[in-house]
Amino acid sequence: MTDLTDLTIADAREGLAAKSFSAVELAEAHLAAIRCANRALNAFVLETPERALDMAKQSDARIAKGEAGALEGIPLGIKDLFCTKDVRTTACSHILDRFTPPYESTVTANLWHAGAVMLGKLNNDEFAMGSSNETSFYGEVVNPWRREGSDAPLVPGGSSGGSSAAVAARLCLGATATDTGGSIRQPAAFTGTVGLKPTYGRCSRWGIVAFASSLDQAGPIARTVRDAAILLGVMASHDPKDATSADLPVPDFEAAVGQGVKGLTIGIPKEYRVEGMAPEIEALWQQGIAWLTEAGATVKDISLPHTKYALPSYYIVAPAEASSNLARYDGVRYGLREPGTDVLSMYENTRESGFGAEVKRRVLIGTYVLSAGYYDAYYLKAQKVRTLIKRDFDQAFEGVDAILTPTTPAPAFAAGEKSGDPLEMYLNDIFTVTVNMAGLPGISVPAGLSSEGTPLGLQVIGRPFDEETLFRVGHALEDAAGPMAKPQDWWSKS
Amino acid sequence: MSVDRATVFRIARLARIAITDAEAERLESELSGILDWVAQLDELDTADVEPMTRVEAMTMKMRKDEVTDGFCAADIVKNAPQEDDHYFVVPKIVE
Repeated sequence: MTDLTDLTIADAREGLAAKSFSAVELAEAHLAAIRCANRALNAFVLETPERALDMAKQSDARIAKGEAGALEGIPLGIKDLFCTKDVRTTACSHILDRFTPPYESTVTANLWHAGAVMLGKLNNDEFAMGSSNETSFYGEVVNPWRREGSDAPLVPGGSSGGSSAAVAARLCLGATATDTGGSIRQPAAFTGTVGLKPTYGRCSRWGIVAFASSLDQAGPIARTVRDAAILLGVMASHDPKDATSADLPVPDFEAAVGQGVKGLTIGIPKEYRVEGMAPEIEALWQQGIAWLTEAGATVKDISLPHTKYALPSYYIVAPAEASSNLARYDGVRYGLREPGTDVLSMYENTRESGFGAEVKRRVLIGTYVLSAGYYDAYYLKAQKVRTLIKRDFDQAFEGVDAILTPTTPAPAFAAGEKSGDPLEMYLNDIFTVTVNMAGLPGISVPAGLSSEGTPLGLQVIGRPFDEETLFRVGHALEDAAGPMAKPQDWWSKS
Repeated sequence: MSVDRATVFRIARLARIAITDAEAERLESELSGILDWVAQLDELDTADVEPMTRVEAMTMKMRKDEVTDGFCAADIVKNAPQEDDHYFVVPKIVE
């Protein structure tokens, strides 16, 4: 049965339709894989085997009746930022570790409506604040990939580190994730998986634990570009419960896969050639350019002059919005409460004990930049810089259909390697954060291995609401790169 | 150092997070480091730039002003650390 966990979603869909195996068998194979792997990888913070088998049984019944949905019987992992009705949802924070939502997020509701099966909740950086999954209250996630000849643990990226590790280690066929500054694309790049951040507004944010509301977007992590397209087609919807959700039809994303890149013009931004970038990242980028040229695309140099201001403006906007969003965790309506001598000390003790160091740091930065007299100098200034970043992209898209960049400046790093210096950790998001600041869609596709034998990703950035071009270009890259190597299984123990 | 110790304590109080002296010392340099780094935005003249609000022009939708939800008090207090008869219970505020 182990090979059932190695299927793509597209293959599993076919196998289920042909009744080569049942949804229950597919779910059981994954539940067994999780049982053997989770102690070593810590990708799941909550396993829901009974629910999974129950959902799979219902899928088998619907398949038998010829009523299969678009994701019927497909076993998925859900990032613990998505509220799941009657299933503990924590954002991997101590302040929420006993929270059980009485409602379901719109994105997960869409998945269940299409017949998907929930295997459990996936680990992430606390409140999605991190780039290595080291800030989770439930401990680090370990990347299934290791450097050649070494058994030192590497980080799976973050904040969607549980999602990326679980998909790479064949613990689920696909996973939900969220991306505020790179939290889908960077972990995808670190684990040899495909991760897509849709255009802001493509997926409803309703029922997703909020980090920075003007930047947060949900998206899929999967093992192929086609699988990512299948998942996004179900996750995306217009939702009146999210005022920023776009009232646009959801295109047939899967139909875009395989359409090729002939006739497309791809921009190469010179500002992404940053100081200190590893030579192998530059080589990978050149390789990507060559692949797309061979596949029939035209490549053109472009300039995005405000690129270097994206990260500093992000570290105003994101903490400011986080400090507002996280004000709700006060020990009154839900979550942890630590007693105090009066109501104020109850708040202070609750938040002191409930939040981890990185969350506190960001809430404090956010509180500072929003405090009396500073709003114009920081938040308003940063929102104006966003306009400049967005304008760079608008001008570039007058002459190109998509933009190709590396996803990260380096491959996966070792646990503990960057956790000492917050600024050094933040620099991981240098190529991904521009996309969130401008609200654009971006995809990371595995494109090769580093000299250390670990995965590297290329990023494609598109026009607003043009995820279809990302799937076309992403698939061309995937095709040219050839079958992605699998991490050697060192984690399974029965 | 753009942030001094007193400022760290002041914003921690505004953020309702209790911090120790040792944490304040660490935060003083961490927050200063981050704020000094974001100060590079001052290089940009944004006097005539509008702040970004949306990725694409979209008008905010209106809906009828009517009740669409409710009668679920038990759900609302279900996760409360302390509740009594569908009320959230907090420490005494007014003597």
